[in-house]
Amino acid sequence: MLVYTARRLAVAIPVLLAASVLVFLMVDLSGDPLSDLRMQQPPPSEEVIAAAEARYYLDRSIPERYWLWMTGIGGNGDIGLLQGQFGPSVRGGAFDIGEELSDSIYVTIRLVTAAIIAALGLAVLSGVVSAMRQYSKLDYTLTFIGFLALAMPTFWLGALIKEGGLWFNQTTGTGFFFTIGANSARVSNMTGWEYFLDSAGHLVLPTITLMLTSFAAWSRYQRTSMLEVLNSDYVRLARAKGVPNRVVVRRHALRTALIPLVTVATIGVVGIIEGVVITETIFQWRGLGYFFIEAVKAQDAFAIMSWLMLSGTLVVLANLVADILYGVLDPRIRYE
Amino acid sequence: MSEMQSRVATADGPPDGPAKPVNKGGDLTQIQIIWRRFRRHRAAMISLVLLGLIVAFAFLGPLVWPWGYTVDSDIPSNAGPSLEHPFGTTKQGTDVFAQTMRGAQQSLKVALTVAIVSTVVGATWGAVAGYYRGRTDAIMMRIADIFLIIPLIVAVASINGAVRGGTTWYAVALIMCLFSWATVARVVRGVVLSLREQEFIEAARAAGARATRIIFRHLLPNAAGPIIVAATLLIAVAVLTEAGLSFIGFGIQPPDISLGKMVESARTAAFTRPWLFYPPGVLIVLICLTINFIGDGLRDALDPRQTMVRR
Amino acid sequence: MTTTENINDGATATVDTDIVLDVQDLNVTFSSEDGPLRAVRGVSYRVRRGEALGIVGESGSGKSVTSMAIMGLLPKTAKVSGSARVLGQEVIGLNDAQISKVRGDKIAMIFQDPLTSLNPVYTIGYQIAEAVLTHRKVTKQQARARAVELLDKVGIPHPDRRVDQYPHELSGGMRQRVVIAIAMANDPDVIIADEPTTALDVTVQAQVLEALETARKETGAALVLITHDLGVVAGHVDRVAVMYAGRLVETGTVEDVFYRPRMPYALGLLGSLPRMDEARSEKLTPILGTPPSLLDLPAGCGFAPRCPMAQDVCFTTEPALEAAVDGDDPDPFRRHTAACHFGEQLVDARPEDLFQATAPAAETAAGPDGTGGAEAAGHGGERTDAAPPEVLLSAVDLVKNFPIRSKGILRRKIGEVQAVSGISLELREHETLALVGESGCGKSTTARLLLQLIRQTSGEVTYMGQPLHSLSDAQMRPLRRDLQLVFQDPFASLDPRMTVSDIVAEPMQIHGRGKGAKQRVKELLELVGLNPEHGSRYPHEFSGGQRQRIGIARALSLNPKVLILDEPVSALDVSIQAGVINLLEDLQDELGLSYLFVSHDLSVVRHIADRVAVMYLGKIVETGTTEELFSAPAHPYTQALISAIPLPDPVKERTRERIVVTGDVPSPADPPSGCRFRTRCPKFANDLSDEQRNLCVEEPPDLLDRGTGHRDACHYSQVVELI
Repeated sequence: MLVYTARRLAVAIPVLLAASVLVFLMVDLSGDPLSDLRMQQPPPSEEVIAAAEARYYLDRSIPERYWLWMTGIGGNGDIGLLQGQFGPSVRGGAFDIGEELSDSIYVTIRLVTAAIIAALGLAVLSGVVSAMRQYSKLDYTLTFIGFLALAMPTFWLGALIKEGGLWFNQTTGTGFFFTIGANSARVSNMTGWEYFLDSAGHLVLPTITLMLTSFAAWSRYQRTSMLEVLNSDYVRLARAKGVPNRVVVRRHALRTALIPLVTVATIGVVGIIEGVVITETIFQWRGLGYFFIEAVKAQDAFAIMSWLMLSGTLVVLANLVADILYGVLDPRIRYE
Repeated sequence: MSEMQSRVATADGPPDGPAKPVNKGGDLTQIQIIWRRFRRHRAAMISLVLLGLIVAFAFLGPLVWPWGYTVDSDIPSNAGPSLEHPFGTTKQGTDVFAQTMRGAQQSLKVALTVAIVSTVVGATWGAVAGYYRGRTDAIMMRIADIFLIIPLIVAVASINGAVRGGTTWYAVALIMCLFSWATVARVVRGVVLSLREQEFIEAARAAGARATRIIFRHLLPNAAGPIIVAATLLIAVAVLTEAGLSFIGFGIQPPDISLGKMVESARTAAFTRPWLFYPPGVLIVLICLTINFIGDGLRDALDPRQTMVRR
Repeated sequence: MTTTENINDGATATVDTDIVLDVQDLNVTFSSEDGPLRAVRGVSYRVRRGEALGIVGESGSGKSVTSMAIMGLLPKTAKVSGSARVLGQEVIGLNDAQISKVRGDKIAMIFQDPLTSLNPVYTIGYQIAEAVLTHRKVTKQQARARAVELLDKVGIPHPDRRVDQYPHELSGGMRQRVVIAIAMANDPDVIIADEPTTALDVTVQAQVLEALETARKETGAALVLITHDLGVVAGHVDRVAVMYAGRLVETGTVEDVFYRPRMPYALGLLGSLPRMDEARSEKLTPILGTPPSLLDLPAGCGFAPRCPMAQDVCFTTEPALEAAVDGDDPDPFRRHTAACHFGEQLVDARPEDLFQATAPAAETAAGPDGTGGAEAAGHGGERTDAAPPEVLLSAVDLVKNFPIRSKGILRRKIGEVQAVSGISLELREHETLALVGESGCGKSTTARLLLQLIRQTSGEVTYMGQPLHSLSDAQMRPLRRDLQLVFQDPFASLDPRMTVSDIVAEPMQIHGRGKGAKQRVKELLELVGLNPEHGSRYPHEFSGGQRQRIGIARALSLNPKVLILDEPVSALDVSIQAGVINLLEDLQDELGLSYLFVSHDLSVVRHIADRVAVMYLGKIVETGTTEELFSAPAHPYTQALISAIPLPDPVKERTRERIVVTGDVPSPADPPSGCRFRTRCPKFANDLSDEQRNLCVEEPPDLLDRGTGHRDACHYSQVVELI
């Protein structure tokens, strides 16, 4: 098992490296981070531009820049992923990419965890009910809800939910729904319990927005795999043994049908990352999504690269975890 | 074994030995059979009609509608819905109805381009990887993995956001293709891996067929079902991604308009001026919903295992 | 086992405690988009305590659906009417809670495919214990102890260790025994076994049938054995019911049905069966046509369209299941009954009186130049006789090892499966060489090596003196015209997206002969007995037998000299199979083809082959003419194979001498040293001294003539007459 994990990691590293090349080229070639500076009126002097170019390593060749970005060897000490340096931000020296990134992670991780748990729970419930009542009215309704959720643009629904919350607050004259940010402004003088309630309250609407797409995909998946298992020979044999239907569904069908869902959900992190960018924009959370959009708007090349590398690493790790989980849950798969 | 034969025994029941006519209604082509099965899927049929109307609205509508999607001094600012401007007008003085048509058109153009290009590239890539297996497959799929690691919308935004001064729809589409062909490749490879174990592939090899013939004559046509389904899903994903991209400020840039951009500018209007907020959103939902139902119908119609006992 | 003492009860008592399963007028209808599908119509039968009833029928005859209906395991969409009583209790129409009390307790079921019957995520011990715990108030420890006990009873070695293993750690035969153990768990009154051995190899089939006998003895349960295999029925049941198109068409004791059939269908089935105990000179008599569609049943007798003695009345009135001429038992359920208007005409009829072989039975079976006998003498090594026919295809010391690779990008080699380990054979002009063995013995791999569809690890393949093993794919291509392949699965071997014409014409197109292809396709379709007008149709519009004919037409399109037939009839129903076998024989005579016939079915081989080579774990263990091999098998494995094939003859089957092997085939990734068969060899286990055994362990036996007139690979080979 350990050996297997190590070997899988060894395979993941070249993929990540290749991804880093892709990320670098993508960002590096797509635009000039100094375009704002060059456009300035009156035009800045040659020296100013040259200094900026040197500051952001734009005076080096592309392979050199990539090497610098990865290793930091030959740089000014502010660059080199392997040294834990993310590179200089065009937004000025006060903006430390690494620090900002870790702050954002802390904000986002709550939202992502809540959304995954909610989506998984609802998906299993709806998938199982749908499969057991195949072709019933309930099944059709749930199927339609799933299709609708899949077709729903997150940003539009998010905006609707947010405005709905605001409208509710306005008409009732309360502050029932939190629609902005991950916490209230006066967070510093709260007790632990108040802080928890405040955080939970702020989570409600963004979680609904974020989980929707994943819920839809996963519930369809759970329905299919549940149906497959319900029609399997071993479920038939369990029935033939005299095990009552209720127990068959729980013990034989659900247990087996959950295995593929777990892995699919783990890999589903990619979708969640996409959703985070939009959800945070709508609800004005200062998390990873916000970080990314600000970075792109500022053409902060090193910030974008760092962000993409982080999300890439997450995805690769998620795939690895999915594989290992599969091995743990399914006795047929044993890693030497 | 018995399952296979019972299918024959219960199907049209062609007699063995010197064959007698099988289906009385004459020979049906594959496409006729698929169409007959597809028609039975009610949601898919309704969706097909609806999508046809949306396409007509997006591409034919602008030809007959008196107003353009750009700012026009003849258009009043901030007007509510009227016969002249069914979805009202914006503050800048544009006709929202015309904008919706233009936005839907741009969305569909992007989505179709992405679906066609990604499907062709991805299907070929996946079929080659699945056919050769072994190391070729491992390397080709790792390459595909690299493009799957980065979430589509983020990847496109990173490139797109940096390109200042207006991005056209085909630029958005091509960048999206770069990051979406790999999903198709993955699906097709899986299908081809199991198809190539089937005896008819070995039969072709035993007859002396070359790899190109096997891939393009046998493997890809038989993977048509999953490929078409993947393509329809891709259309929906592309519509959503393009709109999402515009919403967060990247993608198609003014003066051109897209559905996402419209939602973005009307994002706070859901309860105050709903005529600005709902049309673009509902249209996105409708496009994706109909495409997904059509995909579902095609999946059923193209699945050779689909039995007759349904409901 | 027999129930003679109960005759009077049966005649008088209406509530008969001796009847454990009483099925009355059972009907099952599925709804389909093409209308109602009547899978079972008016089936009635009774099973008494301890009795064994065989239900025989081809696929789609409704035999499985009947038992699933009794068990309440059909999907809700199925409409079931009629009655089925288990120990007097009605079970049709019970709700889930009620039927759950009956299932597994009073009536148990065994399914066809042991590989999918067990839940992969629970241990086998858990799954057996679950059956006990569901019906008995015992502790988990007691249930587990019962599981170990049951595993022991069904013949699983080391049950205390096996009990904690997962299904995937057991072989197919072992898993089927676990399923039998589950069926036995609560000492049921009836065990329904639905094709319990169809998915298994013959030697394993014999073991599992034995376990089933044990289960019957241990529990005293009655057995309903559902199968398509007339041989299995002949040896293991007291009474037989034959099903056709959803109805019972004949019932009676095995002797009645096998020796005195009164329904033409039953007679036809027996006639279309190739028999291991009969010489090949007799042509098979297939039943023409296919069973009727259950969606569109004919008004009269379901068999009338295929029946050679059908009269007008057969097409208008469906005959009832009535007592046949020799029915004299007072209990109507024990008489010999048949559903035929003209059953009495069948007294003393033989299959060939009624059904005809597809072509005039030319007496050419032994080959045009009488090689049947010449080969026998000539094959010992010293070819002295008048020039034997030319060798077309030959293999020398063919070896194929498949690497076992690790997953991931590196794909390092972590082991080897020795699929073929040094095979030499020769295929001569106009002869049929059969390659026989159980699954995994390497026979299909050998076939593909001969065609160079996969490349050998070492060894040589030559075709008409030209070495093939060193040719590139491009050099090989023109030679493929002469060497063609016919596949096992008629459903998978035709591209479903191509028309029949395109499929048959494809080889011609590949080899640049596309010009006259259209005309040639028509000729070919006609040649294999299909309507040449049907070329524009797709494969799914044809039945299994027809598809196999299309596959043969494709193989013939380039005028090959050699056909390699990989299990060409094993996926077909008996009555269809006979037609394809006859076609192959006719084609061989007409076109002078050579066949390499790969098969696991010794009955078919006996019927079609001139020479036979028996394979076990990648090696040929015995080879000789068909006559030699069946009349004087010398290798213990050949003897075991012959013993394991059930004969469709109740008396012979029950009295014949048997050589039985134990255990499963070892993994070809790690074959035993010395003689590969020694781990299962009855001779090694029972007859040999330790000293003699040493030779088996250390020395792989060569394939030599050890004085039997043909070659075998056993250090201690000895001829045993088994048929």
